[in-house]
Amino acid sequence: MIETKNLIKTFRDGERETRVLKGIDFTAADGEFVAVMGRSGAGKSTFLYQISLLDDPTSGEVVVAGHDTHAMSPDEKINFRLTRCGYVFQDYALLPELTALENVMLPLMMQGMRLSSARPIAEEALARVNMRHRLASRPSHLSGGEQQRASIARAVAHRPRILFADEPTANLDNESSGIVMEIFRELHRAGQTIVMVTHEEQYAAMAQRIVIMDDGKIVSVGHTA
Amino acid sequence: MLYIRIGFFLALRQIRHASLWTTGLIVFVMVLTFLNLVVVSGILVGLIQGSVDAHRRQYTSDVIISAFNDRTYIENSPAVIAIVRSLPEVAAASPRYRAGATLEANYRTRKDADKRNTAGAQIIGIDPVAEDAATHIADSVVEGEYLAPGDYDQVLIGSFLLKQYVPVDNPGLAALDHVAPGARIRIRIGETEREVIVKGVLKSKVQDISRNVYMPDTQLRAMIGRNDGNVAEIAVKLKSGADPLAVRDALVQRGVDQAAKVQTYADAQPQFLKDIVTMFATLGNVLSSIGLVVASITIFIVVFINALTRRKFIGILKGIGIKAGVIEISYIFQSIFYAVLGSAVGLIAVYGMLVPFFAAHPIDFPFSDGILVAHPGETLVRVGLLVGATILAGYIPARMIVRKNTLDSILGRN
Repeated sequence: MIETKNLIKTFRDGERETRVLKGIDFTAADGEFVAVMGRSGAGKSTFLYQISLLDDPTSGEVVVAGHDTHAMSPDEKINFRLTRCGYVFQDYALLPELTALENVMLPLMMQGMRLSSARPIAEEALARVNMRHRLASRPSHLSGGEQQRASIARAVAHRPRILFADEPTANLDNESSGIVMEIFRELHRAGQTIVMVTHEEQYAAMAQRIVIMDDGKIVSVGHTA
Repeated sequence: MLYIRIGFFLALRQIRHASLWTTGLIVFVMVLTFLNLVVVSGILVGLIQGSVDAHRRQYTSDVIISAFNDRTYIENSPAVIAIVRSLPEVAAASPRYRAGATLEANYRTRKDADKRNTAGAQIIGIDPVAEDAATHIADSVVEGEYLAPGDYDQVLIGSFLLKQYVPVDNPGLAALDHVAPGARIRIRIGETEREVIVKGVLKSKVQDISRNVYMPDTQLRAMIGRNDGNVAEIAVKLKSGADPLAVRDALVQRGVDQAAKVQTYADAQPQFLKDIVTMFATLGNVLSSIGLVVASITIFIVVFINALTRRKFIGILKGIGIKAGVIEISYIFQSIFYAVLGSAVGLIAVYGMLVPFFAAHPIDFPFSDGILVAHPGETLVRVGLLVGATILAGYIPARMIVRKNTLDSILGRN
């Protein structure tokens, strides 16, 4: 499903170059739940951005769902993200002027669905994360946990091939984090491929496989029980 | 179509949840810009239009038939008058006689060494009832009374011929001193001299009225020895809704143009007035254009700041697969909303308040009663200009922000 070969990412600040990813080889199979861990500055978020097509690597190969991302035009990448990927951000990233339901409907509408068709799908996605009672609420009226659940509903409503999550529990209390991770586990059980960056071991343990990064490299890969 | 549908969806929600103060301020700027576009040029043109309207209302009326330039009277005037009065569109017609004269005021009290108090003027001989029906000239009487049909040796005198009405001494234009209603003055036309009583004073911003003396036509005819009924001009007032052009053409078809000049009120306008209207319209457009640029810059800044503060959300939208074009269209819709709402409020202000206000309370200029001219067609063009400029001013900054790197926008990196 996801494969990277000798993935390198370098940031340039004037004359100074910082290599954040130093030749990463990685694979994630279809339906696999992978957790990426590591200390701050290890390069795990940068790695996620490269494989989720939000950023372009400096060199190396990234193949997602059989597509070589290097050969894609910017428009093709946007289309790919729209149809094949789902994103859950650390800070939820919901649009403040839209209700929870509208936030979930938006990517569906962008795929060409009419409002009337998008609505029941978005409602079902929100129901899956126990948010049916907050459909008409705007993000400012939702708790952090509720916002993250709405964000997950938005990410999975269009049934993407891969779900990318960047520290999805970092801003949540234990109870909300537990609920969010339980949703991830349910999605995975239903066959969803998930790549999640986290620094919390107990949640990483819920994945099938844990990849540990340090200093821009994968230093260990382990399967959970 | 998809882009427009989602762009509208996003714009509607952004507008709905925008700060009322911000929305109000932007719409206020749009209203001021609209007023600047319409009112500045409208007032400038209105200064002259007020003069043109007054000239029509008080002097030429809707159609004016006058003697050829090399003649002092219209040949066969009674027949021409009969043709005019036979037309169904004609509401009133006022034949006028005209003669150059010298007026003298202090001839009774003047001593040999004193300077004669004289002024040159045109004497207009009118049928008081017909003239008032055609031009409502009686409304211009500010002192004394209007002429009655049987009056004899009584005149109305234009205010510019009286010193108390002329603010500055103009060596080229003499005026009479100490003359008011009831005073006697002497009128000399050629070798004929007559003492008359000033019955009233006419004051108007139409110089053809304020610099003339009006007397009953029967008396002027006697003074100038005109017994053939040939007049100098005929002012023709039309019934409401009648087209002056059509009436002019009808008169020409009946051969009136063989005996006299036949002109609509617009034809009879002096060329310099037409030139001033054109020049003021151009000047108004230049001033309005500056306003349009200022409004465009304002919208540019507002949208730029809005897009900049929402840069993270724009990045997220792009991140989850919303096309840049959709986001740009949402900003275009927002700009259209501000421009259309501003224009709508501006239209209500112009046609609901300002035009009626200036019609009821014209601006008192020395040469005209200035009104606000706002032709609906031209106003719509200006609405289009404002909306167009606003769309452009909204689109450019939105595009600048939307085209930035998606991840940089999400993470707030420069």
